[in-house]
Amino acid sequence: MTVIETPTRITTPSVVDGVGASATRPDGVPKVDGSFIYSSDEYHDGSLWGVTLRSPHPRARILAIDTSQAEGIDGVRCVLTHRDVPGSKTYGMKVYDEPVLAFDEVRYQGEPVAVVAASHPEIARRACELIVVDYEELVPNTDPEMSLTGRVDGLFGGGLARHVRIRHGDVGAARALADVVVEGRYEMGTQDPAFLGPESGLAVPLGDGGVELYVSCQNLHLDQQQVADCLGLPLDKVRLVLSGVGGAFGGKEDLNVHIHACMLALRTGRPVRMVYSREESFFGHVHRHPAIADIELGATRDGRLLFTKVRLVLDGGAYTSTSQVVIANGCYFAAGAYDVANVEIDGFATYTNNPPCGAMRGFGAVQSCYAIESAMDRLAAALEMHPLELRMRNAIGEGDMLPTGQPVDGPAPVQEILAYLRDLPLPAGVDHGTADMRARPGGVGNVTRGEGIRRGVGYALGMKAIGFSGGMDDTCTARVTVWIRDGEPVAEVYCAGPELGQGVVTLEAQIARTELGVRTVELRDKDTDIAESGASSASRQSWMTAGAVAGACGLVRDEILARGARALGRPAGELTLDGPEIRDPAGHPLVPVAEVLGPEAVSHAFTYRHRPTEPVDDERGQGNAHVAFAYAAHRAVVDVDVELGLVKVVEMATAQDVGKAMNPAGVEGQIEGGTVQGLGLAVMEELQITDGRVRNPSFTDYLIPTMLDVPPMPMKIFEFPHPDSPYGLNGVGEPPNLSSTPAILNALRDATGLELPRAPVRPSDLITEPPDGRAEPE
Amino acid sequence: MRVNVTVNGVAHSVDHVWALESLLDFLRERVGLRGTKNACEQGECGSCSVYVDGVLVCSCLVAAVQVEGRSVVTVEGLDSGGGMHPVQQAFLDAGAVQCGFCTPGMVVAAHCLLADNPDPDDLTVREELSGNLCRCTGYQKILDAVHLAAERTGAAP
Repeated sequence: MTVIETPTRITTPSVVDGVGASATRPDGVPKVDGSFIYSSDEYHDGSLWGVTLRSPHPRARILAIDTSQAEGIDGVRCVLTHRDVPGSKTYGMKVYDEPVLAFDEVRYQGEPVAVVAASHPEIARRACELIVVDYEELVPNTDPEMSLTGRVDGLFGGGLARHVRIRHGDVGAARALADVVVEGRYEMGTQDPAFLGPESGLAVPLGDGGVELYVSCQNLHLDQQQVADCLGLPLDKVRLVLSGVGGAFGGKEDLNVHIHACMLALRTGRPVRMVYSREESFFGHVHRHPAIADIELGATRDGRLLFTKVRLVLDGGAYTSTSQVVIANGCYFAAGAYDVANVEIDGFATYTNNPPCGAMRGFGAVQSCYAIESAMDRLAAALEMHPLELRMRNAIGEGDMLPTGQPVDGPAPVQEILAYLRDLPLPAGVDHGTADMRARPGGVGNVTRGEGIRRGVGYALGMKAIGFSGGMDDTCTARVTVWIRDGEPVAEVYCAGPELGQGVVTLEAQIARTELGVRTVELRDKDTDIAESGASSASRQSWMTAGAVAGACGLVRDEILARGARALGRPAGELTLDGPEIRDPAGHPLVPVAEVLGPEAVSHAFTYRHRPTEPVDDERGQGNAHVAFAYAAHRAVVDVDVELGLVKVVEMATAQDVGKAMNPAGVEGQIEGGTVQGLGLAVMEELQITDGRVRNPSFTDYLIPTMLDVPPMPMKIFEFPHPDSPYGLNGVGEPPNLSSTPAILNALRDATGLELPRAPVRPSDLITEPPDGRAEPE
Repeated sequence: MRVNVTVNGVAHSVDHVWALESLLDFLRERVGLRGTKNACEQGECGSCSVYVDGVLVCSCLVAAVQVEGRSVVTVEGLDSGGGMHPVQQAFLDAGAVQCGFCTPGMVVAAHCLLADNPDPDDLTVREELSGNLCRCTGYQKILDAVHLAAERTGAAP
């Protein structure tokens, strides 16, 4: 294996904590000492508290709303309903269909109906209890299969949000040639983003009739547009400032407190804080679409894939959010990271009265990767071939054609990724008779000494697009300013790309250090006063922000050198910028930057665009839709107690190509975090929904992995530079979330011999043997 | 009612505390120390971890009136010199912080763990910190940070 060195545009090799270094976070000190301000910490003198009243019913007609009792409580400043929404009554990321406050009908349990501002949150909550909403309950539509008919009364589009068709080659002809055909249905439950920092914000009314909103979100400008539309205000009267974001994972792409807090602030003329409780948070953001996938694979006897046929249904719940792009993304990669010539994919996103779903990390590709990777193991079993061997025989490579007709360009080192997992030694077996109980299934429950424990090993491979696909004109703007302070150049970077925890602020500072050689970089607060940066989603923000910041740095550097050239009477092309000095080609200092700039600042903005893409066509789903692709794979090792259905994930090994590890520690952190979210989806995390009602909206009942649930994660990071990205980097955040879940499912199948057609796997799914001395249950 | 409490070495006397007000809300809204975070209100996530008279607690599960006459230490008070405690520095250096919302509670819990056990093995760290949820990091770098802090403080023989 050769790891190719990345070509970079580093002009100052002496730079410390530049691109490629594991530089520490610029927000790290306040985050460890407790002084970092999250949106739930925002405070303003004289502020009121806003609280939301939500529908208890998944579907009901609203006959009347009486707020008079609530308004009469001491300390309540106002109670607002849909009648008080000044502008558009609805909002949404793609389609304005979600009511700011429900009118006529509620379509999911937890839909906002009214908001209250009061002097204390407890007073506001009690006021909410006194709002009388006269509901006529209706039978909720909760079966996505019914919605596929497109004829369900009471649902948008009769229940069908989008049908994506992809047709490539001739599946019928290929089926006739196949030696082995396998079919399977794979289901996935609803995952919650479960970020720790709840939805929250502070709205401050301004004297000119406008409003300023400090909020945690994933896209300041898209949010600004929706807020302004619903407030009936021009954009320049609505200013958004990014507050500290306590994680998002796609769950903060859609609006939460935004419009409500602004309405209350504008109505009362007072600043208003809103903070969701954990229970409310489960109703206040979108979830990962639950999925049903039917897959048929055909292959030759020697394991060459001949065709892939997929039917994928994702239930988007009550409102559109991003369902159209989630189903598209699911379909684009439903055939996996494999070279297969004949493909039929039909993907459907549905509406129901279930909780709304949106673009959680990996959006759609997580569901389809789980399905295809499960099917690949079934095919391997039918062929009596090692699952890794089957994957290596069919792995996609550079130049191969995707089912959408786009040739794979850029590095596609899937063989290298799989070879790492093949060659990595397996972890030692555990002697459960003597091992620490914490290393066994059931842990400190101490429920086994090794009896009934079986080990399994599973593999999975994932692929997805990086950045926005399908012809979107996607831009990111940054401004970089350099001035002299105490004789030293200081750079300020200003870019609206939201920092969710992923570390884009660290990259901004690293890039400025690399490009300008400066030691001191200051990051300006992120707000809507600068042009847009797009969303921190689709694993795009590092790529886009890096392009914008590096571009702006380049313009600043060129101007400083041009000024130096004038002062020195030498061509600018002979000069280099190295922090405080302008140097000649041999590296000798010629003139201090301080002398060239004097008291003036040099400031430039740059707008970065990735290469253009195009939409796929409606009939056959063909088109060059994608900017770039990223690949990762996992090998999971599990121990299963087949008597009690308990699982211990022993190890999660992974390999991923990241193009260029801009910040290696940050890249590792993304891969580890994504792997563990996939682990949660494999064995523990499911929002349990019955008849449209969420039964476990708490961290007591919705379990995310703890430190004790997480195994060691050996990892190989490949750096095959991407040809047309800044520094050769590639998106990193989502790929580890794809293959983690099916690797564990495949390991559980390997351990138990069960089909396990549903994720997450529940203990009852895993029990293969009755306890000693007891009859098999009938 | 009135609550008299020492927080990070400073005496506070606060009137009009609600009977059912949590220590977490009291610290955040009355004392103005917002480093302690609220993420679940049920003692499941550990984001609100503080010391009460040297005992690690979830402050969301303690009523404010219960700390009458006691001493509370929060993330803001871990280093008596007002700087960074070695545990905090280790979290920063190990890359154990992403969104950081769990970090204050995690740091307090790790501080408590190392005070009791200066050189814990991996499984002990995992068990002792299993009451502190993190959604971003996958915990590996938090594990690294605890070991780094243990190594630096040199408390281990």
